[in-house]
Amino acid sequence: MNMIMETIKLNNIHKAFTLGGETVKALDGVSLAITQGEFIAVMGASGSGKSTLMNIMGCLDQASGGEYFLEGIRVDTMNKNQLADIRNQKIGFVFQGFNLLPRTSALENVELPLLYSRTSRPKMTRDRAVAALEMVGLAHRLDHHPNQLSGGQQQRVAIARALVNDPAIILADEPTGNLDSRTTVDVLSVFQTLNDNGITLILVTHEADVASYAKRIIRMKDGKIQEDRAVEERSFAAVPVSGNPKGKDENQ
Amino acid sequence: MKWRKLIKVAFQSILKNRMRSLLTTLGMIIGVASVISLLALGKGSQEDIKKQVASLGTNMIIIHPDSTFSGGVRGGSGSQATLTMDDVASLREETEFIRYVSPDIRLSEQIIAGKNNWNTSVNGVSVDYLGIRNYTLSGGSYFTARDVKAKSKVAVLGKTVVDELFPGQDPVGTRIRIRNVPFMVIGTLNSKGQSSMGMDQDDIVLIPDATALYRLSDGKTLRAVVVSAVSEEKMTQAQARATTILRRNHKLNDDDDEDDFHISNQTEIISMAGKVTGTLTALLSAIAGVSLLVGGIGIMNIMLVSVTERTREIGIRMAIGARSGDILIQFLIEAVILSLIGGVIGILVGLGIAYGIGSVMGATVLVDPSIIVLAVAFTAGVGVFFGFYPARKAAQLNPIEALRYE
Repeated sequence: MNMIMETIKLNNIHKAFTLGGETVKALDGVSLAITQGEFIAVMGASGSGKSTLMNIMGCLDQASGGEYFLEGIRVDTMNKNQLADIRNQKIGFVFQGFNLLPRTSALENVELPLLYSRTSRPKMTRDRAVAALEMVGLAHRLDHHPNQLSGGQQQRVAIARALVNDPAIILADEPTGNLDSRTTVDVLSVFQTLNDNGITLILVTHEADVASYAKRIIRMKDGKIQEDRAVEERSFAAVPVSGNPKGKDENQ
Repeated sequence: MKWRKLIKVAFQSILKNRMRSLLTTLGMIIGVASVISLLALGKGSQEDIKKQVASLGTNMIIIHPDSTFSGGVRGGSGSQATLTMDDVASLREETEFIRYVSPDIRLSEQIIAGKNNWNTSVNGVSVDYLGIRNYTLSGGSYFTARDVKAKSKVAVLGKTVVDELFPGQDPVGTRIRIRNVPFMVIGTLNSKGQSSMGMDQDDIVLIPDATALYRLSDGKTLRAVVVSAVSEEKMTQAQARATTILRRNHKLNDDDDEDDFHISNQTEIISMAGKVTGTLTALLSAIAGVSLLVGGIGIMNIMLVSVTERTREIGIRMAIGARSGDILIQFLIEAVILSLIGGVIGILVGLGIAYGIGSVMGATVLVDPSIIVLAVAFTAGVGVFFGFYPARKAAQLNPIEALRYE
């Protein structure tokens, strides 16, 4: 038995799709171990299987073969409702397109995972959502709707939503794909601060620049892990997250 | 998710598309409004009929003499003088089922009071007549058994007669003349309005039967005999007993002998009226049912559109931990609320229409609270029934595909 329990442990994960009568092996025997506090960038060309890997790790999809342990619990055999609860309790998602609910305030967006939680007490909901928004430096934007926020701010709301339930991992799928370079650094600095606070992050990107902010890079090709290495020259975002919120407001 | 939150989310989503929501609920509004207004008016008119029939008299049985038949010419009802005061006396002896008996000697007379005169129906009746026909006195007194015995020339006037002969005056204590015979007015009747046949029940003068029979008539011809049963339940027995008594009196002992009188009661009229309104209600309910069905389909349609439009939202909710059941409930509640909004507006519109028509046409409107409760429950049911399919469609979405949906 390992003394350190892996946050994520994948054993020989397979995933096959049938597209137009043809079987496509999206994942072909992926084994992976991620421990707590890691900051991993998953890279690869489109069709390399990185999105499928993310979906499986995020419990949105189920593998056709292999074993998946999340914080020591086997999840690949779980039913749909159990997976929904796992997503709610243990996983935070950040998407490329932000995926905030329109015409819903930042605070309500962040509260959403708590509303679906079967364990949290309703009284705590607001406090926890406010705390999460403070962590991403948006405490002063609680009642703004997504269309009143810049892209970078929207993504920070999405990050707040991902971490509000205190998840085991945060999965970010091309989180900077829709952002300009300055805002990209901004969002990455948020990620680095969260990681410094001990949150495990997995980030899918095809940009080497973005990947260099992580601690470890996994490169996918044809459904297999082609490369798995530590980042040697790691980039650091200059501005600390909650240091000077006013200076980071890039809009309005 | 908590119910309060779910309901709030559903309202937000409905209010985001105000126009669309309103148009969607229009079907429900029309359906519920028609049900409510038609039922309110139908119930009202049914109540009207009941009241009118009851105003004819309490548990009343009417016996008319049979028509004459000579040389192929048939007289009208009552043209044959087969009913006599002996019959009245015999009927009075029967007390098990019959409470009141009164002859009705009906004469059409010109009445003179001072400078005014008026043609009306003068009815020679017994002391029990008020109880049979549900008349009440508005002033003065009614004649007594002694007046009947003495053939007193006293009269009790209906409201219309009072208005025509004594406009703005109290006639009690004054004299009127009927066929040049002076009568003392001893009482006046409260208004009963029109009968269900459209006859003015207040255009009447009541005098003792003996007075009418011997001072104004031929001493034997009874236009009718009215009988009141002891209770509504005993109507049938009372009618049967009266028939037996009259047949015995008229010596119609043979089974082949036909009745020489015609006996009828008001329950027959009530049941006929009930049948008509029952048919009408069934027809209207069918129409209302169809419009509710169409309304429900409208809601299903818009919910399907809503599910498609909000595929991405569903994906987001699923990704952050919503179970299929959560999504199902969310959309189901939205459909039910949409349906209920239509139902509530429909109830209000329906009541408005009912009371509007009621006041314009002078019809009675009767709103049964249970109908309102039923309408609300039914619209909620429609919401659940027609909302289930779209909600299940939403709940069965694949989160990955839903998130990718543009």
